[in-house]
Amino acid sequence: MAGAAGPGSGPGSAGRDADDSLYPIAVLIDELRNEDVQLRLNSIKKLSTIALALGVERTRMELLPFLTDTIYDEDEVLLALAEQLGDFTGLVGGPDFAHCLLPPLESLATVEETVVRDKAVESLRQISQEHTPVALEAHFVPLVKRLASGDWFTSRTSACGLFSVCYPRASNVVKAEIRQHFRSLCSDDTPMVRRAAASKLGEFAKVLELDSVKIEIVPLFINLASDEQDSVRLLAVEACVSIAQLLSQDDLEVLVMPTLRHAAEDKSWRVRYMVADKFSELQKAVGPKITLNDLIPAFQNLLKDCEAEVRAAAVHKVKELCENLPIEGRETIIMNRILPYIKELVSDTNQHVKIALASVIMGLCTILGKENTIEHLLPLFLAQLKDECPEVRLNIISNLDCVNEVIGIRQLSQSLLPAIVELAEDAKWRVRLAIIEYMPLLAGQLGMEFFDEKLNSLCMAWLVDHVYAIREAATNNLMKLVQKFGTEWAQTTIVPKVLVMANDPNYLHRMTTLFCINALSEACGQEITAKQMLPIVLKMAGDQVANVRFNVAKSLQKIGPLLDTDALQGKVKPVLQKLGQDEDMDVKYFAQEAISVVAQRLRKLDFPVKDSEEHRAPGPDKNHFLRPGMLGEDTGKFLSLMSRQHKETERLAWLLRGQ
Amino acid sequence: MQTTDATSNEQQELFCQKLQQCCVLFDFMDSVSDLKSKEIKRATLNELVEYVSTNRGVIVESAYSDIVKMISANIFRILPPSDNPDFDPEEDEPTLEASWPHIQLVYDFFLRFLESPDFQPSIAKRYIDQKFVQQLLELFDSEDPRERDFLKTVLHRIYGKFLGLRAFIRKQINNIFLRFIYETEHFNGVAELLEILGSIINGFALPLKAEHKQFLMKVLIPMHTAKGLALFHAQLAYCVVQFLEKDTTLTEPVIRGLLKFWPKTCSQKEVMFLGEIEEILDVIEPTQFKKIEEPLFKQISKCVSSSHFQVAERALYFWNNEYILSLIEENIDKILPIMFASLYKISKEHWNQTIVALVYNVLKTLMEMNGKLFDDLTSSYKAERQREKKKELEREELWKKLEELKLKKALEKQNSAYNMHSLLSSTSAE
Repeated sequence: MAGAAGPGSGPGSAGRDADDSLYPIAVLIDELRNEDVQLRLNSIKKLSTIALALGVERTRMELLPFLTDTIYDEDEVLLALAEQLGDFTGLVGGPDFAHCLLPPLESLATVEETVVRDKAVESLRQISQEHTPVALEAHFVPLVKRLASGDWFTSRTSACGLFSVCYPRASNVVKAEIRQHFRSLCSDDTPMVRRAAASKLGEFAKVLELDSVKIEIVPLFINLASDEQDSVRLLAVEACVSIAQLLSQDDLEVLVMPTLRHAAEDKSWRVRYMVADKFSELQKAVGPKITLNDLIPAFQNLLKDCEAEVRAAAVHKVKELCENLPIEGRETIIMNRILPYIKELVSDTNQHVKIALASVIMGLCTILGKENTIEHLLPLFLAQLKDECPEVRLNIISNLDCVNEVIGIRQLSQSLLPAIVELAEDAKWRVRLAIIEYMPLLAGQLGMEFFDEKLNSLCMAWLVDHVYAIREAATNNLMKLVQKFGTEWAQTTIVPKVLVMANDPNYLHRMTTLFCINALSEACGQEITAKQMLPIVLKMAGDQVANVRFNVAKSLQKIGPLLDTDALQGKVKPVLQKLGQDEDMDVKYFAQEAISVVAQRLRKLDFPVKDSEEHRAPGPDKNHFLRPGMLGEDTGKFLSLMSRQHKETERLAWLLRGQ
Repeated sequence: MQTTDATSNEQQELFCQKLQQCCVLFDFMDSVSDLKSKEIKRATLNELVEYVSTNRGVIVESAYSDIVKMISANIFRILPPSDNPDFDPEEDEPTLEASWPHIQLVYDFFLRFLESPDFQPSIAKRYIDQKFVQQLLELFDSEDPRERDFLKTVLHRIYGKFLGLRAFIRKQINNIFLRFIYETEHFNGVAELLEILGSIINGFALPLKAEHKQFLMKVLIPMHTAKGLALFHAQLAYCVVQFLEKDTTLTEPVIRGLLKFWPKTCSQKEVMFLGEIEEILDVIEPTQFKKIEEPLFKQISKCVSSSHFQVAERALYFWNNEYILSLIEENIDKILPIMFASLYKISKEHWNQTIVALVYNVLKTLMEMNGKLFDDLTSSYKAERQREKKKELEREELWKKLEELKLKKALEKQNSAYNMHSLLSSTSAE
């Protein structure tokens, strides 16, 4: 039956024709013309479906002409169209017919909206690869020429992106024409076009013969690099990277370097910024010799540029620049020609520069080795650790591991730790807060033993800080430390100290014990919670301060899920019931809330139900949040946002109670 | 020694010396350095300003070069990067120019120079040339509104006095705008440049050159897409309306252009667009109105039913405009069918009571214009809705069938490839 049917003939195709007539192109076109933009957009996005339904021939003969003729639409629709057409070659019958796609894309490449144009150019570049060399010269190159000599700047801008894709496969005569067109666009009257040409100069240079690069591209490069508009000049810097890669050292010296030297001292900071930003690429492109003679002096100037933006961009490249220097003599070059500038930048007036420096400076340790690091870099790290800008300090602290590798933990502890400890006792609570936040990170980098020795006492001291936000952060920090070092560590070093605070004369410290238990119970696990924490919590139910008592209720609710039936039934419940009769209404409220949660938990322990439900039990009740001043004791990520509010509500409760 | 104390010849000599003296620049980022010298320069600049504004015949040919040199040395500079990289002109305070104490006086001097009765453009054009203007235009990006204000006046004077530079200035502004729209979306002086253009357009001769029309359609209209439209919309709308007052045949393309760029998500901008449309309708000719009434009122009907009440309200205010009302009345048979469905719907559904009240008034007005048509539309409203729903279903059906067809074709292709394959293998077996 169907076995005899070849493509396009036999009984199968008759059925297909019938299908096609069901959906005449008129209907589809109607869709593409619909008044609602969204519907047009949908239709365009399904253009491949339409084309498939129509078949290759009708797509070529009817759909594409329609698209070409009626291109006046919202940019969003045009963008979708430009994108679709890039993948359309198969739908119009393969590479032999790829040129059919050129007319609509040509119009799209001339529209005003940049994103549409860029997409059209991208699709054209894609399709150009599918053209045979003959078709390329017959269809594609003429299109590029038309665009290149278009009236309005948009088409000329688009043309700039198409030269490099058709050049390699064109004949010599055509190649000369293409070069000619590119040349004229480089000196176009409109800066937009010159910018487009400048941005494609490098790409175009790469496909040209070396002679043409020297004779034609270099003069263009020099012209663009001295354009009246800095937006053009800075693009020439980018092109410089590509051109430099193509030329020999001697040619480079003569043809490119004078311009590059000039660019590094351009009067516009944008151009200098570009040089700084592309520095690593430039360094690789020009090779070690020119780097030493030319780029390093230029780099020194960029490091002390009058604009902070430029300095910051240059600073970002310090590490890469140093890494890429030839190993022989590298140390001397860095020590003598780079480091003096870096030393000054440590006390730069602009914080962005300092932040940038702090993010790369640690990378120099491995390059310079132990002795240099200790002698020259450590003082800089120390200075930056004391910088007024927290991001500078953060960048240093979060890269401490690099230093650690080079100079070892002992050395590090002797030199940097005092600075960290000093910050930990800073008079500004925000600074202390920032240091606390680095603690888990430091703990990971320094290891348990070292941590216990040097930092543990700090972490405990924060628990009794006079600022609530710090105590809260300290609590949270303990939890993270326990997650890092494990329960055994918690049991020996943390838990006893925390529990001792339950007897503190200051009720705020007693509450901290409860907050710590809330935070730690889960990380410490069932056993520690039940055996060590629970008795203390229960004991505190008799505290004379109501704030402590209602926090006991909250803590019991919190650790409830970790306790077994016996403990809940025999120990927790009676205490909560007693608190439920408390004279203070807040205590009563929280006790009752905890009772209901615990009761729920007990029911489930007696009659185990599905897992999914069990998890939900201890979650905070909605009412809980409705009450003023009761914002979560659980230390979630909103912590820092809420901390101030916390402090106030705490104080408020205190005042109301008149204690 | 004061310029006023010297004799005429000496005065001239001294004038030039003081001009040269004022070419020395000081670092104002460092507020404590060179305090004395800064003060001397300030005093000298003041003297210069006074000298050119109170004396006649002091702007002699030989002084032009020094004058322009002094001005260039002081005001032409690469603008520094903004202190705030995310500078939002609508929200943030601008960074003011540190050297303002000097630059202000230089601008002041520049203006007095340009406005002096002795000023001769024919001599000045040797110094105030394209390159000069180019640099001047770049300064419009200054974050300091005081500087931009001076620049605006300066450029306006130059445009007025230097006929040879006019085309160049227009072209450069054109480029700045295109770059602003399509490349950077950032340029601080857009409003100021548009303000100058407003008065330039006002002076265009008729018939308008193709260049000017192109500027309108390819630059001014796309400018409505800019993110910071609020900062310069008043000036932009003024320019557009100026164009339409010059040449009414531009109305249709302008309105179609605005409709093309109609904001989709930004209600604030939508309100601005509606404001501009009303300004245009205020000056529209009835024949032009007929050409765009259909697409325009389709958009207005969408705005009227916007859930953002400010948008709906702004659109409904059109019905308070006598002239627009008269245009609607003349074309009620076209407009009512377009507007009816949305008005009818929101009169029942809109959440905002003010809007509902406004809609009732509009409906009443429309009904009075053509009661018969209104009744017809009311009675066919339901049927119309159903027809739309049916169309919607049909569309879905169409796409579904297309998908099926696509699948079938893909399958067929596979099959035929397979069949070809088996056919070939069987023939070779034979």
